[in-house]
Amino acid sequence: MALIELKHVVGGYGGAPILNGVNIAIEKSDIGVIVGPNGAGKSTTLKAIFGLLKVTGGTIEFGGENIANSLPDRLVPKGLSFVPQEKNVFTSMSVEENLEMGAFTRTDDFSGTMAWVYEMFPVLKEKRRQPAGELSGGQRQMVAMGRALMSKPSLLMLDEPSAGLSPRYVIEIFETIQRVNQEGVGILMVEQNARQALAFASKGFVLAQGQNRFTGTGQELIDDPEVAKSFLGG
Amino acid sequence: MDELIFFINRVLISGTVLGSIYALGAIGITLIFGILRFAHFAHGDMMTMGAFVAFVLASALAAAGVVLPLPMGFVVLPVAMIITALLALGIDKGFYAPLRARGAKPVTLLIASIGVTLMMQGLLRLIFGSSTKSMYVAGESKDIFRIDMSWAGGTRPISITEPQVIMFVVTALIVVALHLFLTRSRLGKAMRAMADNAALAQVSGINTALVVRVTWVIAGSLACVAGTMLALDVALMPDLAFNIVLPIFAAAIVGGLGHAYGAIVGGFLIAFAETLAVFNWTAVLRPLNAILPEGMALPANLALVPTEYKLTVAFVILVVTLLVRPTGIFKGAST
Repeated sequence: MALIELKHVVGGYGGAPILNGVNIAIEKSDIGVIVGPNGAGKSTTLKAIFGLLKVTGGTIEFGGENIANSLPDRLVPKGLSFVPQEKNVFTSMSVEENLEMGAFTRTDDFSGTMAWVYEMFPVLKEKRRQPAGELSGGQRQMVAMGRALMSKPSLLMLDEPSAGLSPRYVIEIFETIQRVNQEGVGILMVEQNARQALAFASKGFVLAQGQNRFTGTGQELIDDPEVAKSFLGG
Repeated sequence: MDELIFFINRVLISGTVLGSIYALGAIGITLIFGILRFAHFAHGDMMTMGAFVAFVLASALAAAGVVLPLPMGFVVLPVAMIITALLALGIDKGFYAPLRARGAKPVTLLIASIGVTLMMQGLLRLIFGSSTKSMYVAGESKDIFRIDMSWAGGTRPISITEPQVIMFVVTALIVVALHLFLTRSRLGKAMRAMADNAALAQVSGINTALVVRVTWVIAGSLACVAGTMLALDVALMPDLAFNIVLPIFAAAIVGGLGHAYGAIVGGFLIAFAETLAVFNWTAVLRPLNAILPEGMALPANLALVPTEYKLTVAFVILVVTLLVRPTGIFKGAST
């Protein structure tokens, strides 16, 4: 059984639907990457899963139940985590406090998870008392990911994790995402650096106009001449 | 020496009293702004309401024949705080929450809070009448501590009343408790997180409805303390705190909206500025008369502004702050 399965999801912000039947299935071992042109509904798909906009049709199955239109404070304890693209850290709070907020829904001792996050991002441990707003873009992205991992999710969703980062940090963030996946967290992410991300994706989804256009493994999509021509810039 | 004693009595002590009241009121305003993003205009009346709650409880105790060594208003304060917090939750549920659920703009909520102001003042007048009342319901005497300063060459004592001493202690305790709550507790940190970035707080799974309730509980109970202190210091009347809601707003804005420590600093800053501005400096500078040339003497009253214009001081500071540092002393939310 898939970790998460979207079946013909329709949804939007109240007006005309932005998603017109999106199908996505991810296993725990998968890294799923959603690519596509601007306005295709990539970020909207992640937001729909996370209950941030209205789903009017289709089902989103996670852990054996339909979670469509559930709010984050119900989804996070179920094992779903989301890193938004922008404004994804609490700038006035210290790095450590940011991580603690990620564990808000947990009632057990989360010091082990925090040690795990610090082990993955050693620079955050150094800067744990510093306000997150004072960090560089790449380090902020680490705080954002660390915060999302603090709830011990089974599925981590990331909205353009490499946006605005220098090439060095892009590689580092992508490597970290693969490492998180190896430790048993399913990944579903939206990426602009499509070719680079599809290279390590076990599943790729090309969306256009709120619908699946192509679905396959990352390599299949890269090798598909039509996908390459229309969506990966030749 | 007498000049210094006079200065301590008239500026230091009364400035601290006023600062405590402003700070406690401004904390509520700033927290509500940080979490709910609107200016809660009815906060002054929440303070007045809290004072009346304390008054009713104190009267009930006095009627029951309880005699205590402390002012009754302070003794009932913990219970009055709980009741005022519950009333604040009720006001939110009855008036503000339905508007938020419809996605009302902050300005709509502000106007609604002006409506709540009028309603609360009307209700208080209806129930208690518009006359001025004393909070010392059991006829307790305001004990005055006189600290003899003759050892330092002073002829007059430093005098401070018992309620004033209790006020300082209570305010200090509340500030420390609030600091520990915001920096140590899970809910306090969630409150700061929501004030910092409400969307991300929601995404993190923080129960935002719970944070809103906690905000009203803190704002309501602190308003009760501030209102009761004000009534103990002056007297109780239906427009008690309505008259000072604007300087309290000024304190919250000067400190940086959404920033609890800013509200405390802003409260004391505005209070001391007001107190210093109406202080008669001749009382302190009088010894200069001895060295001034013949025919030149200090005027009898050398205050910067007459007492009636005390409130304008708050706004001068507000305008200057907004011009020089628009987000307040501590960088607060600017919208």
